Order: sequence, then structure tokens, then C-alpha cells
Amino acid sequence: MLSLEYYLVLSALLFTIGVLGVLIRRNAIIIFMCIELMLNAANLAFVAISRSLRHAEGQLFVFFVMAVAAAEVAIGLAIIVSVFKHKETINVDEVNSLKG
Amino acid sequence: MTAEHVLFFVFGAVSLIGAISVISFRHPIYSALSLIVTFFAQAGLFVLLGAHFVAAVQVIVYAGAIMVLFLFVIMLLNLGTLSAKSALKGKLKGLAVVLGVLLAIQGVYIAMTAGTNTALESAQASTEAVTTYKIGELLFSKYLLPFEVTSLILLAALIGVIVLVKRENQTEN
Amino acid sequence: MEIEILPQIIIPIIKILFIAHLLIIGVMAMIWSERRVSGWIQDRLGPNRVGPQGLLQPIADGIKFLFKEDIIPNHVDKPLYVLAPAMLLVPAMIAVAVVPFGDTITIADNVIPLQIADINIGILYILAITSLGVYGVVIGAWASNNKYSLLGGLRSSAQMISYELTLGLAIIGVLMLSESLSLRTIAKEQGANPWEWNFLIHLPAFLAFTTAMFAETNRLPFDLAEAEQELVAGYHTEYSSMKFAIFFMAEYMNMIVGSAVVVTLFLGGWHFFGLESIGGPFWSGVISFAIFFVKTGIFLFVFIWVRWTLPRFRYDQLMNFGWKFLLPVALTSIVVTGTLWIATNGSRLWIGIGNLVAAFIVVAIVAGIMAVDNNSKSAVQSAPDAPPLRGLDAIE
Repeated sequence: MLSLEYYLVLSALLFTIGVLGVLIRRNAIIIFMCIELMLNAANLAFVAISRSLRHAEGQLFVFFVMAVAAAEVAIGLAIIVSVFKHKETINVDEVNSLKG
Repeated sequence: MTAEHVLFFVFGAVSLIGAISVISFRHPIYSALSLIVTFFAQAGLFVLLGAHFVAAVQVIVYAGAIMVLFLFVIMLLNLGTLSAKSALKGKLKGLAVVLGVLLAIQGVYIAMTAGTNTALESAQASTEAVTTYKIGELLFSKYLLPFEVTSLILLAALIGVIVLVKRENQTEN
Repeated sequence: MEIEILPQIIIPIIKILFIAHLLIIGVMAMIWSERRVSGWIQDRLGPNRVGPQGLLQPIADGIKFLFKEDIIPNHVDKPLYVLAPAMLLVPAMIAVAVVPFGDTITIADNVIPLQIADINIGILYILAITSLGVYGVVIGAWASNNKYSLLGGLRSSAQMISYELTLGLAIIGVLMLSESLSLRTIAKEQGANPWEWNFLIHLPAFLAFTTAMFAETNRLPFDLAEAEQELVAGYHTEYSSMKFAIFFMAEYMNMIVGSAVVVTLFLGGWHFFGLESIGGPFWSGVISFAIFFVKTGIFLFVFIWVRWTLPRFRYDQLMNFGWKFLLPVALTSIVVTGTLWIATNGSRLWIGIGNLVAAFIVVAIVAGIMAVDNNSKSAVQSAPDAPPLRGLDAIE
């Protein structure tokens, strides 16, 4: 029986890698993937704590997070596709004007 | 070393390596594949935690649907590698270092004081799996409202995507 | 913790080896029967030179593939190009782990369930693993660095996402009635006689599931990912030798696993008029396995039959069909099954009738809306002097 800390540390590490990716990468799609990674790290923490507290609720929240993530991916990728059609780039540094 | 230890370290290592690959590969396709590996390792961790249903849903939703969408878009746009210039310039770099050091100090502090708080560490933590039945029961009784709100979010996303794509068509034609 | 060597290690290994080999032999049998049956359907002979009735033809084919030169073109993305066939084959092979291919068999006082692993989320496991098959196609297509392959991959990924929804939703009704996600329980819940099986209770869902299954296995009439006339050979254009053969083996394995799942979920598993329970604890196991085997074989024949009967869909027809017909039918089946289960106290007869009626209504409504839509469209398009553009629309 592993203690809760192992899972929480792993979750924190994954989350940090996700944050790092968002900060250092300029490719909108990879930034997006890093956001998914962060959501997943949160899911891991939810499930680990859910077991530790003997509540099923934690797993329910994972379910909700996944639903939101799916919605977010659909919208986000649609935005990326339309930005690309417009500007022919998905480098977030070059997409810096509200108009045009 | 129990079997759980071994499996935890295997899955944990795989998910960390996958996560690091996501942010270090140049090409988005490789990043996407690394992310799938990470999701798989996480599904393994969920099984280890007795959350079988969540593990299966993780693979179905993330690996089976979300990442396919990512691959679809990468292939559709036929993206190459982007030149990875550092986004941080001049003064921002100094600020980043200061904030990073602060974060590291916080992390070390937390790590030093951790282990004393046993509130979450219930002695009788169970290894028994939370059944799908239990999840379903909660979902449709206590958490019915959040569940319905989720469906609204999905509907909103659906409409949003259609609007985004439709507008594009009209301006082009 | 004491581990008993025989029941906990030896027997699972024997089962895994048995099933893995059965799958590979099944693939060979499928290659032979596909060619012979297509010959029979098209009123010609098919391969009949190697061995009696051409039975050794798959082995000859295999040897040929093995000894062909293994070409890796210069312009491909090498790591992914090599990885892709394996990514298609592995999900096909491991999905079979939860399929119950018979009742229990008793050998020397050991009661052995004829199934590699009876996990409590069995059907979710199948859905999860089969949804991974698409990566082999998509990655192979992208790594080939070839426009036709890429088009095939794009089509395949869109198709898989669309039809997976139907695949998942169509089984919810079945799960409701058997109150379990374990495939063994689902198979057991269905009675001994054909009219107690799920395919009659959930006829629309069964048809939707089967159709989606055809799409998931990339078989005609849904093989747009490899449509020869349009895309050369789609995602496997650049592949040769054993890598090409692995793509084909994976396709046949997917078909076999798909048939086994359909038999388990809808066609009563190993039940057949109580035949499975005659004989002793040993023979009943063997007979139940044989029944399951024959049912799967018959369903595989349907796969081949459909392939040589129906022409390929056009891409927009494929999407329309998936989203406008199959998905509403699957969703309706969930609502109707749930409602009638409460209303009639779980009467299978009423649920069956209700499902059928509701599916007819839904299909009629959708078809009506599409017909009205088409009429107004072609009225706009066929302005005074233009000829009416109804030919292609009418196919839908």
C-alpha cells in the first residue's frame, strides 16, 4: 500500500512539466497538449486522494474534468484551425493582433 | 518492495518520460504520441489506485478521442516544426529567474514539512475498487446537477465549434 | 501470500497461448476463406492450387511476404514508419483478452472459465483498446510522407471518431438489461434460446453496432481509408513485405475480435438451445466453446459477404450516415430501453417492440428532413436552364 505522497509528488511533477511546456513552447498545439497534461496531473491527484479518503467523489470529479477537457479541446482546435487559415501560422507569438 | 511499488515506479517513470518528451520533441506529431504514452501510464496508475472505471474512461476519452483530434488537426494543417526561439527576452529573463528561485524555495519548504500532516493518511485506506455501480449511483443522485451542467457545457462546445467553422466558410465563399 | 502455481500461473499462460495462436490461425483461415468465398460469390474458383482446395495458400502468401525485400523508402519518417504496423496489430491482439469464448470447463477438479481475464469493466476495456487501432492507420499514413496516404489517414481518423460514438452508445441498452459491464455476465444473462438473445431485444442497436463495427475495421463499404480507386491504397501505399502483411493481419484480427464481441453482446455468446449444458462438466465446456466458435465463424462470413455485395460509400455519405442515422438510432435505443424498463418492469418483449418502433420513427423523421432539405437545395441549384442536379443527391 503506497502512501498518498508518492502519487501527489508524481502529480505535482507532471503538472510542473505541463506549466513548463506552456511557458517555453510557442506552438499553439503543443501548448494545448501541455494544458491537457496539467488537467491529467490534477486527475491523478483527485483519484489518489479519493482512495485515501475512501470517497468515490474524487473519481466523479475526474469524470467532470474529462468532459470539460473534451469540450475545451473541440473548441480550442477549431480556433487553432481558423487562426491557421487566417494567418498561416500557429506560433502564438505571431498571433498578437486582435484585428486582421 | 511490493508489486504496487514496482508498478508505481514503472508507470510513474513512463509518464514522466512521456511528459518531458511532449515538451522537448520538435515535431507536434511526436509530442502527441508522447502524450498518448503518458495518458496510458496514467491509466495504469488509476488501475493501481483501484479506479478501474476511470482508467477505462481515461483511455477511451483521452487516447481514443482527444488525441485523435489532435493528430487530425496536425495532419490537416500539415504542420512542420516551428523554430524554437526563446520567448523570454531581456528583463523578463531576470524576472523569470527570481520567480523560479522563489518557487524552488517554496517547493523545498513543502517537501521538508511534508509527512508530518497525516490528516489525509487514513490508516484504513482501502484497496478495494470503487465500483462503476457506486460512481453511477452518485452521478445520478447527489451530483445530478453538475452532471446536467456538464451536458450543457458539451452542448455549448458543440454549438461553438459549428459557429467557428461556419463563419469561416461564409467569408471564404 | 501463497501463490498456487497451477491455477494462477500455468493455466492463464496456456489460455493466452491458445487464444493467441487461435487468432493467428484464424487470420490464415480468414485469408483463405475471403479469397474462396469472394470467388464463389463472383462465380469463379479462387485460389485452389496450393494444397487441397487451396488451403495452404495463406502459408504460401506468408512465405512470399517474408522473403520479399523489406523496403523503407527514403522520404519516410523512419521511427514512426516502422512503429505503425505494430501499433495496429497490438490493440487487435490484446482486445481479445476479455472475450469469454465459452462457459467453464472442468479438468481434474479445476474449474476453468474459458476466458483470459474476467475484469469487471470488460466492455469498456474492449472499447478503449479498439479505439487505439486508429493510431496505426494515422501514424502509418503520416509517416509515409505521401499525399494519398495522408488523405487516407485523415479520412480514417474522422471516420473512427464518428463511428466510435455509435459503437459505444449502441451497447448501453444491453448493459442496462444485464446490469453489468463484464462480458461473461452479459453472455450469461442471455438465455439459451435465440429469442432470448439481445439482438432481438435491441434490434436497432444491434444493427447500428454491427454497421459501426464494419466502419471500425475499415471494411467495405466503409474502407475509405484505403479506397484503391481514389487513394492508390491509402495508408499502406508505401509499405512492402512483412510490414504490409502485418497491416492485413491486423485487419483480419480486428474482424475476428469484432465478431467475437458481437456474438458475446448480441448473439447469446455460447448459448444455443441448451446444447451447451448437456454432457459432463468437461464436455459442456468443449461444446460451449464450439458453439461460440461456429457463431463467430458465421458472423465472419457475413463480413465477407457484405464486402462483395455493397459498393463503397462516398465520404459525405459516410459522415451523413454515421451522424444522422446511426447516432440517433443508438441514442433512441438508450432512451426507449431505459423508459420501458421502468414502465413495464423489465419486460423484454415490450422493450424489443418499443426499440423497433422508436427506431423506425427516428429513421423516418431524419430521412424526411433530409428529403425536404435536398428538395429545397436542388430547387435553388437547378435554376431555369440548368438540368436538375438530382442524380447524386438521390443516392442518399
